[in-house]
Amino acid sequence: MASKYTLIASSTVGSGGSATISFTSIPATYTDLKVVANARTDRASNNDWVKIGFNGSTSSFTYREIEGDGSTVGSYTGSGQLAFFATASSSTASTFGNAEVYIPNYTGANYKSYSVDTVTENNGTTAVASMNAGLWSNTAAITSIELTPNLGTNFVQYSTAYLYGISNS
Amino acid sequence: MPTKLIINCETGEQTEVELTDEEVAQREADAIAYAAQEAERDAAAVAKAAAKASGEAKLAALGLTAEEISAL
Repeated sequence: MASKYTLIASSTVGSGGSATISFTSIPATYTDLKVVANARTDRASNNDWVKIGFNGSTSSFTYREIEGDGSTVGSYTGSGQLAFFATASSSTASTFGNAEVYIPNYTGANYKSYSVDTVTENNGTTAVASMNAGLWSNTAAITSIELTPNLGTNFVQYSTAYLYGISNS
Repeated sequence: MPTKLIINCETGEQTEVELTDEEVAQREADAIAYAAQEAERDAAAVAKAAAKASGEAKLAALGLTAEEISAL
């Protein structure tokens, strides 16, 4: 069955930064969704997490994650909205964390799962890659997606987010 | 006040809206909860490493070589 990707919306953070990137009024006409993001936050560190939220909810999120940085590896299970990596203030200038978040069956009546493939970019020191499986234990159809820095206050200028709709026909 | 960037997928309109006091408070609470979660995770990792080192020392005291211990 052929899949068709349609760019629903995109955005680039402006010079003042943004504390949250929010896609609202997502049409229910697709089969799946994909978020493609390039993110950097103002946290005073090498990297930051980006949290994902649906429909304004910040509860009932859990995840299982594996990660490696070239010298150490880890696997974690937790509750919360941690989804993917952003670079931060101590990262090499003009680099961004990259991520793809796949959200299947976003209008279905089951709990909503999502999978994440993400990596930081840092030419100077440790970079880290991660695969993450998340679950939002809520049966509501997803109509909005919120992306928020975990510890930074803002996404910095030129961070981008693209939302694609995927149709299986 | 920090702002959030809202992209309306139906209209394509993009707006910058200031966070509400409730949203700011939620972010602060989330950061505190994350710090506690990280501290718990770090403590568990330290305890696990200490237990591993203690176990290996006891095995070595029983006469096992480093190769034998690592093969377990």
